[in-house]
Amino acid sequence: MELAAAKMIGAGIACIALVGAGIGIGNVFGSYLAGALRNPGAAATQTTNLLLGFALCEATGLFGLVIALIILFT
Amino acid sequence: MTLTPMEQFEVKPLVAEPLFHIGGHPIYFTNQSLLMVIVVIAASLFLTLTVKPGRLVPTRGQSMAEASYEFVANMIHSATGEDGLKYFPFIFSLFIFVLFCNFFGMVPGSFTVTSQIAVTFALAALVILLVIVVGFMKHGLHFLTLFVPKAPWYLLILLVPIEVISFLTRPISLSVRLFANMLAGHTMLAVFAGFVVALGSAGGVFTGLAIAPMFLIVAIMLLELLVAFLQAYVFAILTCIYLNEALHLHDHH
Repeated sequence: MELAAAKMIGAGIACIALVGAGIGIGNVFGSYLAGALRNPGAAATQTTNLLLGFALCEATGLFGLVIALIILFT
Repeated sequence: MTLTPMEQFEVKPLVAEPLFHIGGHPIYFTNQSLLMVIVVIAASLFLTLTVKPGRLVPTRGQSMAEASYEFVANMIHSATGEDGLKYFPFIFSLFIFVLFCNFFGMVPGSFTVTSQIAVTFALAALVILLVIVVGFMKHGLHFLTLFVPKAPWYLLILLVPIEVISFLTRPISLSVRLFANMLAGHTMLAVFAGFVVALGSAGGVFTGLAIAPMFLIVAIMLLELLVAFLQAYVFAILTCIYLNEALHLHDHH
């Protein structure tokens, strides 16, 4: 197979990692909303945990994206 | 026209001659060094010039400086307790440096220092070294019980290697998280900017269509500003969490 074509396919496969990030971020905000609607009084105290969970979640998916970018552009 | 979204991450020497040599390696003054100098100067000026004692009503600048101080102090207090406040200067400088680097990188045409793995790994290695030194200074060899959770002995055979590996990968995950977020965000912006240029120069109907990715860039820019702040925050709070483990081992404060 041509090297360039193999690189493109590899980069595309590496981007599958972002599926997990999407599911994870959805889960973080969905669970937060579910919890916040049950107990609105405790919602404000958990916003730091919400943002922390969002950032940690997003980062794991981005590891895959970085691999894809490295494959594509180097 | 070729898309070069990775061009913005190139480290170029600004002065042709190397400043000095370390062990035969030439050390250059690069665009990255320049941005770091600017960041340090801007952060120092922001935190010193705005604050004056004895003001009854604080100015906007002073409110911002005090708010960032209180924000980090509260974060350290909630994550590590009373004895973590000793490390406030370190964590506060770390937070402000990463935050300013991220925000200065958002200025179009500038350079994102934190998109270089060398910079973020140096910061993360500093954090982990501090954690190890603090742990050994406070607990001595007892610090090694950090790797031994409360469990039956037959589980420990499995758990101790996992704990050791998870401790050793912390500098990697801490640095790659920040680096990956910055790299991905800025590459995404450059790719969408490439769409605008390509559509705009295509002529005919396509020139009008260029407005769509243009608006998308504005939206992504807002997301990136959030990410820039969030990653500085995550970097600082993870430092606090690791420090808390070194200070208190398994028992909570």
